[in-house]
Formats: sequence, structure tokens, C-alpha cells
Amino acid sequence: MSLFLVVALPFLGALLPGLMNQAGRQACAGVTFTVTLAALIGLLTNAPAVLSGEVVQTGVNWLPALGLNVNFMLDGLGFFFACLILGIGLLIITYARFYLAREDHMGEFFTYLLLFQGAMVGIVLSDNILLLLIFWELTSLSSFLLIGYWKHLPEGRQGARMALTVTGMGGLAMIGGMLILGQIAGSYDLSVILQNRELIQESPLYLPALILILLGCFTKSAQFPFHFWLPHAMAAPTPVSAYLHSATMVKAGIFLMARMWPVLSGTTEWFVIVTSAGLITMVLGAVIALFKHDLKALLAFSTVSHLGLITMLLGTGTAFGAMAAMFHILNHATFKAALFMSAGIIDHETHTRDIRLLGGLRHLMPITFVIASIAALSMAGIPFLNGFLSKEMMLEEANHTVLFNTPWLVPALATIGSLFSAAYCFRLIGHTFLGPKRDDYPAAPHDPGPGLWMPPAILVVLVVVIGCAPFLAEPFVKIVTASVLGEAAEVPKAYFKIWHGLVPALYMSIAAVVGGLLLMLIFNPLLSAWENTPRPEAKTIFEAIIAAAVSLAQTVTHGLHNGAFTRYAAIFSVTVLAVGYHAWATGTVGPATRTVQPAGPVELAGWAMLVAATCGLVALHRNRLLALIFIGIVGLMVSVGFVFFSAPDLAMTQITVEVVTIILLLLALNFLPNQTPIESTTLRRVRDGAVALALGAGAMMMSYHFLLREAVQTPISEFHLANSYKGGGGTNVVNVILVDFRGFDTFGEIIVLGIAALLIYALTETLLSGPVRARLLNRMPDQPRAGDMHPMMMVVLTRVMMPVVLMVGFYIFLRGHNEPGGGFIAGLVVSIAVVMQYMASGFAWATARQRYPYHGIIGAGVLIAGLTGIGSWFFGKPFLTSDFTYVRIPPFEKFELATAALFDVGVFLAVVGAVMLSLESFSRLARRAHVKDSDYAMDIDPSRDDPPEPTKPLEGGA
Amino acid sequence: MEFLVASAIGILTAAGTYMVMRLRTFPVILGMSLLTYAVNVFLFASGRLTVSAPPILTDAEVYTDPLPQALVLTAIVISFGMTAVVVMIALGSYLGADDDHVNDPVIDPDAPDGEAKP
Repeated sequence: MSLFLVVALPFLGALLPGLMNQAGRQACAGVTFTVTLAALIGLLTNAPAVLSGEVVQTGVNWLPALGLNVNFMLDGLGFFFACLILGIGLLIITYARFYLAREDHMGEFFTYLLLFQGAMVGIVLSDNILLLLIFWELTSLSSFLLIGYWKHLPEGRQGARMALTVTGMGGLAMIGGMLILGQIAGSYDLSVILQNRELIQESPLYLPALILILLGCFTKSAQFPFHFWLPHAMAAPTPVSAYLHSATMVKAGIFLMARMWPVLSGTTEWFVIVTSAGLITMVLGAVIALFKHDLKALLAFSTVSHLGLITMLLGTGTAFGAMAAMFHILNHATFKAALFMSAGIIDHETHTRDIRLLGGLRHLMPITFVIASIAALSMAGIPFLNGFLSKEMMLEEANHTVLFNTPWLVPALATIGSLFSAAYCFRLIGHTFLGPKRDDYPAAPHDPGPGLWMPPAILVVLVVVIGCAPFLAEPFVKIVTASVLGEAAEVPKAYFKIWHGLVPALYMSIAAVVGGLLLMLIFNPLLSAWENTPRPEAKTIFEAIIAAAVSLAQTVTHGLHNGAFTRYAAIFSVTVLAVGYHAWATGTVGPATRTVQPAGPVELAGWAMLVAATCGLVALHRNRLLALIFIGIVGLMVSVGFVFFSAPDLAMTQITVEVVTIILLLLALNFLPNQTPIESTTLRRVRDGAVALALGAGAMMMSYHFLLREAVQTPISEFHLANSYKGGGGTNVVNVILVDFRGFDTFGEIIVLGIAALLIYALTETLLSGPVRARLLNRMPDQPRAGDMHPMMMVVLTRVMMPVVLMVGFYIFLRGHNEPGGGFIAGLVVSIAVVMQYMASGFAWATARQRYPYHGIIGAGVLIAGLTGIGSWFFGKPFLTSDFTYVRIPPFEKFELATAALFDVGVFLAVVGAVMLSLESFSRLARRAHVKDSDYAMDIDPSRDDPPEPTKPLEGGA
Repeated sequence: MEFLVASAIGILTAAGTYMVMRLRTFPVILGMSLLTYAVNVFLFASGRLTVSAPPILTDAEVYTDPLPQALVLTAIVISFGMTAVVVMIALGSYLGADDDHVNDPVIDPDAPDGEAKP
């Protein structure tokens, strides 16, 4: 099966559990299991190739300009991890089916789980480091959802947040590191990067790249000093802990270190940083784990410790170390997942995970006892179990590792780590299962059904099989090791054996186990000593840092962003002025190249009207109705200006938009106060005025300067003018640009317009369904109402004009390609025709005659425009390529048929729908506010039988 | 003539900026409309001023620059949509809170119960 499919299956399958939730728990789990199984089988079809040493590769270019390609690669290492992820995934899904309670939303859980699984598989199969980063971030996000799955638990939420913060920050660091690495190697493809060991290690940027990448790995794999998030993430449901925190997510960092091993390892920097971080983590985790009372916390810290062990092995930079690390990943995944699941069983059956409340469970839960004990003994490093083998290899490697020129340091620390590791394993078994049976368990414990114990049992069988017959795992581990090492080193010849003879590692192993047993004998005094020792609490420190960051952000934000819009406007204006002045003062201005065109009296008169209206608006803006009239004059003069300066299309658009805008503002003014009170001080108005004048002067200077100079570059409109008729089939270049050359822009714009209208509609709906509704209904108009709501003259006139205006709109639309006009203008004209009906005949009358909802008209418009664009695909052309032809139907003249006209129909419909939906929404507010709206627009209708309503006394003294 | 257009742009900008810095929603909306005019005319003028040479292909030799016109045309229509949205928001806030100030009320930290004052 293609690697694409292996990666895509969990993502695609993630839709299913959510959809299947209604079908029941069994169906949910079943479909998740099937999806995972399918992905696993797909992976295994590639097994023969991988096991024979080949690298399976597949890929497509995604964003080649960025070096981001969807390339997948399957070698031994990727295969190993993918098997772990999908294989243990299957067990976890089975286990979770029985673990989750009836009230847990199972579909949601499995959806998150599959998303996570897909992201993990993506990481281990990516051949492109940018792609890898995407999957890396996806694991952070999906694990956030999984850890915080029990949203009602504050610990769950906090733990999820902490995990996301720490791993997310590491991820950010890693992005930096990966980009540097890609720059050094000249490619973001792993297969290329892995070939360039010398180039990368000699680069001066090697150290920054290494540190940034390691930050990502260490945070993900919970290495000291970032180890603290993992125990807090244990608030997650146990299947999540077993999956994420034993076998998959925390191994992602390890995986990446292994993946990058051939190019990054072997230097002193790598050795010192990775080995010491690993050693510290290993010892620290083991010591803390011993004193944890919560079973899952104990296991969490033991995971931290074991991850440290693996990191340390990778850090040594030797081939043997890498092999031991790979072997231990396998072993750790088996016994730790089994242990987590056992802890979940104990929690599930006894309703507690506190070791102090447990003990003697071997009588009550024999199956769980056997499973957990074997797994724990393996973790402790007891012979004939797999943990012993890899731990022995670790000790062997430690014995040869010299850190800081102190030969005893690494072996001693490794032994101490193993000693504590053995001790907490013994404590886990002893304090949970051994000892006398108690009678104060929170619930009556008994073994669960096979659904819960089978998955860990399968893993434990593996633990024993590998432990007794290590030669079975040897070839596989060596293939994995070979792909880790790449060309950097040879796979070591060492054999996996239980008995290596009397080597130092054996003595260290014995010392660890015996020491662990001794520690258990003096556990109680040790515990009280531990509890009396003050030590820094990572969670407190973390929270203090977060609180400090939050308060800093708050200070900055609230300082700048205090909700005073006026202030922002002032700050913005002053900033623009300053930047503009800087550009002016530092730049150079060439001589004027255009001659000033003379202005006649008509132009002067137009200018004077514009200026007078603007000044009048500012001076008299407190009377809002008057201000509206002034702005109408301004708009009119702008339109006239457009006509004068050879822009007929703009003029038509401006004047029609002006009409609908004024109607809109009038509708709004119906509700808003009619006056603006004087609130700001004179000083403030003078200050605002000064800023405004300065800005205006700046705008004027700039416009004046460029109006007198030719464009620096030749305008691209030469092309438009030359090709409008030849290529677009129209002589109105503006319209051809809109519907053809820049059709995609226009397409986006009508969508924006439609969204704006829908937004207005949604806001109206919200207002009308909230408390505002009552206020609107009880509102008394503050203006005297007209005595005749629907004056007969106006009703008759608008109805007579309706077909005429529609025809004009149609005409403007049709001529648009060759003469001024087009979809935008026609849409506005038709809207005005319809609005007139609303105004004259009333809302109810107009609505009753409206056949299609305006939303639908917007949608139809966008759809028609989009489909026209898609149509060109069928001819192998890019989106929105237009075509035209000339036809002649006698007795008409020859005329043009262009696909652009169809696109323009879409524009037309979208404009009509958007304008009408906006205005209709506003008038719906008004309609509710009115006392009554007549269905009969002309109140006196002789053809109607029912008598007109008795005339009410008019309020407001009209 | 260039001076007339440039000064019109300047005056519209100044008036728009002044109005945008007012305290109530309605003048701010009018101010934004004025700024819209200013910006549209400015963009339009970037094609330089040409009289009686519309970009309609005929036998003429000289045409004005059609591209700024096309850009401004859609800008005019979009600005209607945006004005409508802003007006709706202003209306909603006025109807909901009986207050058409644009600024958030200043929370007085010294007031005992965080009492808001305009």
C-alpha cells in the first residue's frame, strides 16, 4: 500500500468515530480499530522491501518553491516506529473501548486518537523536515485534546495546557533548528540532509541548529529540565497515558534524535549535551518515581527516567549505543504500555491509584498481578525478561563512556539510576499486590473482563518471548539500527544474549537489583527523609513563569489597547504622519514631468461645492440629518469628478452606491439619536483638528506631487488596453479587467460582499432574538410619523418605474462589456428599483412579492461566477480563463457571446443579493419598531371589499 | 486642475480624520465614509488625470489608465458592504446598551466595585 495511504488513513478515518457516535460504543471502537488495522496492514505490505534493506520512497511536490514537499520514506527506523504506533494503537483502542465510562463521549475520544495516530505516523514516515514539522505540531495539538479529554477535571485542563506550552515552545525552537539545517544542507529532504554529515558538522551554524533541534526533542521527550510536563499530563485517561506517554508521543523526540543521528551525532557538543541531559533525567526520574504514591505518577517518572536512558545511549554517539537505544525503545514500549494499562485496570477496579491505599491485590486480581509483575520485573532488569537485555547493553555502553574526563562518572550514575529503577519496580509490585489483603479498598477489586486485560497480556507475552529468546528480535533490531546509523557507522557485531559471561555490566546489574531490594527494606525512613527535604516544585515555577508572562502581556496590551477607539485613531494618524514625514525628509523628489492642466470655471465650481460640503459636514456634523445631506453632496461631487476625468464606470458605480448608502444611513438614523452632543473639550477638538489638518496636508502634498510626475514604471495597463479587445472581446477596458484579466479578484470581492451581507443578517437576527427585540417593539418613534405611510403618488410612480428601471439595469448589464456598465452597476441599479418598492409600498407588501430569498441570490451569484471559472478547467485552461465568440442570428446584428458575461451575471446577482439583504435586514429592525405595517400598500383600494381601518389618532402631532 | 484634485483629497482626508476621532458612532461612520472617498480618489488619481479619454476602445489614440478605475470600482462596492457592517455594529451596540460612544467605558481602578464611567 502506498505510504500516502498509510499516513492518510488515520486522518480520513478520524471522521468516522465522530459520525458513528450515535451508532454506539461498539461501532465507534470497531471502526477505529478497523481503520488502524487497515493502516497497519498497509504498512506491513511494505515489510518485505524494508526488511531486505530497501528504502521505500514516494512523494509529490506540494510547495516546491519553499522546499516543502510531501515526501514519505520508509526505512527500518520508520517502519519500526510506525509498527509500534499502529500495533500498540490497536491494543489501546481495544483497551479504551472497555476502559471509558458510559458517560464519556467515545466518538470524540477515538477521533482525537486517530488524529494523533496519523500525526505520529506522519512524523516517522516524513522524508521532508518541513513536512515533519507540520506533523510534529499536529501531535502537540492532538495530544492537547487527548490529555484534556476529561474537560471537567481541572488537572486535565492544566496538564493539557502545560504539555502544549512546553512541547509547543520546543516545537517552535525546532522549526528554527530545522530551517537552519535545511539552509546548511541546501535541501529540506531528509534523504539529502542525511548524506551531508561533514558539511553540516563543519558549518558554523551547526551548534545553533543542534541546540534548537535538541530543544524540540528534549521538550517532546520530557528530558531534564523539561521533564515536568509529563507527570502532569497523567491526568489524561489511562489509555491516553499508555499510548502517548509510553510508546508514541514521548518517543517522537527520541525518534528525531535517532533520525538525525547520522548528521548530528559524534561531535563533542552532541555528546556532552545529549549524554548529560539523558543521565540527569535518568537518575532524577528514577529517584522521584520511587517516592510517588500515585501509580500513574510513578510510571510517568519512570518513563521520564527510561527516556533519559535512551537519550543517554543516543548521546554516546557509538553504534553500539544506538543499537542499545533501539532495542530499549522496543522493550520499553512493551513493558511500559502494559504497566500503564495495568495501572488503569487497578484504577478502574479499585477506584484509586494511590499505592498507600492498595496492597494484597494478588489474591483479588491474580491476572492483573501476573501481568503487572512480569512487566515491572522486566523494567527492573530481571533476567529472562526483555528489560534485562537492553539494560545490560546500556550498562555495558555506560562502562565505555567517559564524560568530563571522569571514567567512573557515567557507570556510577547509570548504576544508581538502575538501582532506583529496580527499587520503584519492586515497590510497585510489593506495595500494590503483595502484603496482606486489606478491607478498606475504595471499591471491591476483582479482575476485569478480557477486554481490559488482553491488550497488556499480549504485550507481556512479547516481554517474555524477547526476554527468553533475544535472538528472535536481533535481526529486526539490527535492521533498524542500520537505518539509524546510515553511512555514519557500521552495525556492531555484538549478539543479543542473556549470558555474556562475567562482564562488568553483569556486576552492575546485580548491584542495581540487590541495591533496589535493600532500598525497599529501608523505604519508610527514606520516604520520611525525602518528604522532609525541601525541593523546587516544577509546577510552581512553571506557573510563576506563565503568570509573569501573562502580567507582562497584560501591562503592554492594556497600556496600548485600552478600548479607546479615538485614541487608536489619533495614535495611528500621528504614526502615519511621522513615517510619511520621515520618507519625505529622507527621500528625493524628481522634477515635475507633467504639465499642469488648466482648470475652467466649471471645474472650480465643482471643487468649491465639494469643499463647501465637506467643511459644512465637519462644522455642522452635530445635526446628523444635515450631515447626511452634506455627505450626499460630497458623494455626488466625487461622481461628477469621475465623469469629468474619463471614468464613466466609476461615476455610475459611485452614484448608485451613494443612493443605497444614504438609504442605509437614513435607516440607521431612524434608531440613533438625531444630535451628537458636545462632549470633547475645545482643547481636544483643536488637537484633533491639528492632527487632521496635518494629515490632510500630507495627503494633499503627496497627491499633488505624483499627479505632476509620470509613473516610475511603465503602467501595466498598456497590456490591458492592447489586449482588451483581442483577448477579452470587449471594448470597455475597465469591465474587461474586472471580469476577465482580474476576474479572480472580482470573484473574491463578490464573496466578501456576500459575507458582509450575511454578517449583517446574522447581527440582525441576534438583535431580534435578544433583549433588544422587546425594546424595539415598545419603542416610540422620536420623529413625527408621516400621516400617509404609503403616499399614492409615490406607490404608483415606483410601480410604473419598476419595469423601466429593470430594463435600464438589463441594458446597462448587456452593454457592460463594450460600453460603460456591467454587472456591478446593473446590480446596484436593480437594487435601487427594488428598494423603491420597499420604501413606497412598505415592507410587508414587498416581502410578500419577493420570490427568492436574498441569501439564495448571493449564493447563486457566487456559484455562477465560480462555476464559470471552473468551466475553463474542462478545456484544460486555468481557473476563470474566458472565451468569446461572435454569433449572428438574423435579423439581428452580429453580437458577441463571452463566458465573461456569464461571470458578470454572477457578479450582478451577488451585488443585488448583498445590497438587498443588508437593506432588508435594517428595515426589519424598523418594521418591528413600527406599530403596524399594512399588507396593502395603497391604503385606500377601491377594488378591495374590506373597509379600510378606522383612522387612528396620530401620535406626535403630525 | 491637479491642484484642485490634490487639495480635494487633502480636505477629504482631513475632514475624515477629524470625524473619525469623534466620540460617537455616527460621526465616526461619516468620517470613515469621507476617508473612503479620499482613498478612492487618491487611488484613482494614481492613474493620473486625463480629461475626455475614457478607456473605451475607439479610434482614439490616447486613453486614460483603466487599471486604477477597475480597482476603485470594486473598492466602492466593497466599501458599501463594510459601511453597512459597521453601521449594523453601531446600531446593535446602541440598541443593546443605549449608548453610542465608540470608546469603552473607562474602568476606574479606585472605585470600590469597578464602577464604569464614560
